[in-house]
Amino acid sequence: MRGASGLLAALAALLLAACGGVKHHQADAYPERLSAWGVIERSGDRMQIAEGVMPYEVNSPLFSDYALKYRTLYLPPGTSATYETFEALDFPVGTIVTKTFFYSKADDGDGYRKAVRWHGDLTALDLSGYDVLETRMLVRQADGWDALPYVWQGDDAYLDLTGELLRVSLDGEAFAYAVPSRNECGGCHVTNHSTGAFQPIGLRARHMPEPTLRAMAANGQLTGLPAAVTQNVDIDHEDLDRAARSYLDINCGHCHNAHGAADTSGLLLDYAELQPQQYGVCKPPIAVGRGSGDRRFGIVPGHPDASILPYRMQTNDPGQRMPEVGRAIAHEEGIALIRRWIVSLQGDC
Amino acid sequence: MKRSNILALAAIFLAACGAEAPKTETPFQETFRLALETAKPGDVITVPEGTFSFDRSLTLSTDGVTIRGAGMGKSVLSFADQLAGAEGVLVNASDFTIEDLAIEDAKGDALKINEGSNIIIRRVRTEWTAGPSTDNGAYGIYPVQTENVLVEGCIAIGASDAGIYVGQSRQVIVRNSVAKLNVAGIEIENTIGADVYDNVATENTGGILVFNMPGLPQLGHSTRVFNNQVTGNNTPNFAAAGTAVAGVPTGTGVIINSNDGVEIFNNEIRDNDTANIIISSFFSADYNEREAVPTFDPYPEDIYIYDNKMSGAGSKGGKDYLEQIRVAVFGDDGKLPDMMWDGIVNPQREGGPQICVANGDALLLNVDAANEFANPTTDMTSHQCELAKLPAIELANI
Repeated sequence: MRGASGLLAALAALLLAACGGVKHHQADAYPERLSAWGVIERSGDRMQIAEGVMPYEVNSPLFSDYALKYRTLYLPPGTSATYETFEALDFPVGTIVTKTFFYSKADDGDGYRKAVRWHGDLTALDLSGYDVLETRMLVRQADGWDALPYVWQGDDAYLDLTGELLRVSLDGEAFAYAVPSRNECGGCHVTNHSTGAFQPIGLRARHMPEPTLRAMAANGQLTGLPAAVTQNVDIDHEDLDRAARSYLDINCGHCHNAHGAADTSGLLLDYAELQPQQYGVCKPPIAVGRGSGDRRFGIVPGHPDASILPYRMQTNDPGQRMPEVGRAIAHEEGIALIRRWIVSLQGDC
Repeated sequence: MKRSNILALAAIFLAACGAEAPKTETPFQETFRLALETAKPGDVITVPEGTFSFDRSLTLSTDGVTIRGAGMGKSVLSFADQLAGAEGVLVNASDFTIEDLAIEDAKGDALKINEGSNIIIRRVRTEWTAGPSTDNGAYGIYPVQTENVLVEGCIAIGASDAGIYVGQSRQVIVRNSVAKLNVAGIEIENTIGADVYDNVATENTGGILVFNMPGLPQLGHSTRVFNNQVTGNNTPNFAAAGTAVAGVPTGTGVIINSNDGVEIFNNEIRDNDTANIIISSFFSADYNEREAVPTFDPYPEDIYIYDNKMSGAGSKGGKDYLEQIRVAVFGDDGKLPDMMWDGIVNPQREGGPQICVANGDALLLNVDAANEFANPTTDMTSHQCELAKLPAIELANI
């Protein structure tokens, strides 16, 4: 196999090199292969990014069925993003964002195992022991952001606008891992449902580690960065309220905000200034269906077992689980955090 | 895009990696999904005759699209094997028409249209085929935050919440449709301007509901319910506890809760065991200990009930406390009257709640929930009033 395709691979490598790294494509001509963008290149167990592409991490990640994630950001040379206080940074046309989802293979070779964090060289990933499933791309065109799902096969990933369900086994738990369709990408990335416009989510200032923001500003890739920026925190942070609100923000706030798809429920979970009832405290559910779990309020202070929020995080039933898109199995650590937080809240309903 | 090649490659790759793709979908399913994902305004996407099984939701986000089947008994989108997605069909778009097909056994809502104007849902059947069950999805036909909406000729069966549920919308007509074996047959919630007429609501827990709920971007008013047949809605309530409709007494024809400016006329409302019409505030029944938000108006006001044909109600209380009232006021074999009202009013409102009844001999029982049910009464004096009639809903461009 290697011998037969060696020449092709060499040719492909030459072609890629000749193209000179990242290449922009217009909406009417999106390439079938991820490699045509020149952002990520894979050869066997090595995944590399082109010059000018920056790997980044987020303060509190969205849970995606325990998949590990590799995120990259590319701005065209000489361009910069503009700081925004609450929404995503305002990026220039030509910006490309990718998020690659992968799992650690189980030691016995059967399915995958949970690995909390991936450690290694972010500019050249060693993928031995890992399976790469998909890369989701956001491309900033002149008329706004576009979302493109790519599914990996061998050394390249292929455009898959309709998405897929992949049978995955993780620590022995079998489930249908969903590669979102393009429209399903909008289920999260259309953060303002009234405008219908796609937006990055992790590339909000509060989700991006401050050193990343400072480095971008120092490189001339970010303007308007203030001296102090609000930061969300990760799941283990000692400030329970901040940790919980940060978790709800990244996992729920893209729909559950005042302009989001889930404003129909009246439940707002982004990290905005809200009254407790708006984020569920003693709030009766709207259009919850059997997702109420026979419970009466979003949050009953002190009583996680009487609160709808942890119920919907725990159930894996597609008709009840939250988030609706992007999760098939429960995030035990996230549920534990929200339960601890609810226990800490004061008051009666 | 050479999708078949991609799929074939995917299968090889996934097989090699110990993960396999469940490819139960036959070619039409993929063609249909791709048409929805890549739709352009003006597209008419057709569903042929047949039953097509989907393992995840279908999503449309392009304005100006029509989805057209060969008939609600012929073109069936089945979600019995659904593994992912909270709806059968989810639409985030305006100028949308869906007609002549069925959506069966969705894990969540069957057809949800979230934000959009100029929506036509015509001759669509949504059904949970195993009959009433708490495990059924919540809503059948579910336009929410929509404007200029027509639901006509539809059939909604088996929803564990509402068969046809119009939420937080404006300018709505629901007509010539059938809702049966749902908890709520047809529900108009937090909606401004709705006409509900020429429908049949039967064998639900409650037939037609006009509700307002707190904490939402919009409070509703101005709904007319007329020329409907609302009969025999006696299916035991099978909603999950904690939902608003879990409080609907089994055996109710029409319920107005917390909504204002509601007209109920020329309907045939009969054989609903508890009551043909119930009028209640947010504080009533299951909501009594719930805190309302300060801006919420929990009281039903400006309700006008006239010229309905009503009979056959009141043999059962439908709720323990109502059954106690039935026995206490009317005796063991006595019947509750056609209409009931919780009697909870806003003391600040000049002129009172204006719950006006001009419906022959039909009586309204004020259960006096405001005073721990101390003095239930059918004295109609305070209901002998008239209200200006609401204008008909005119839909633009439909």
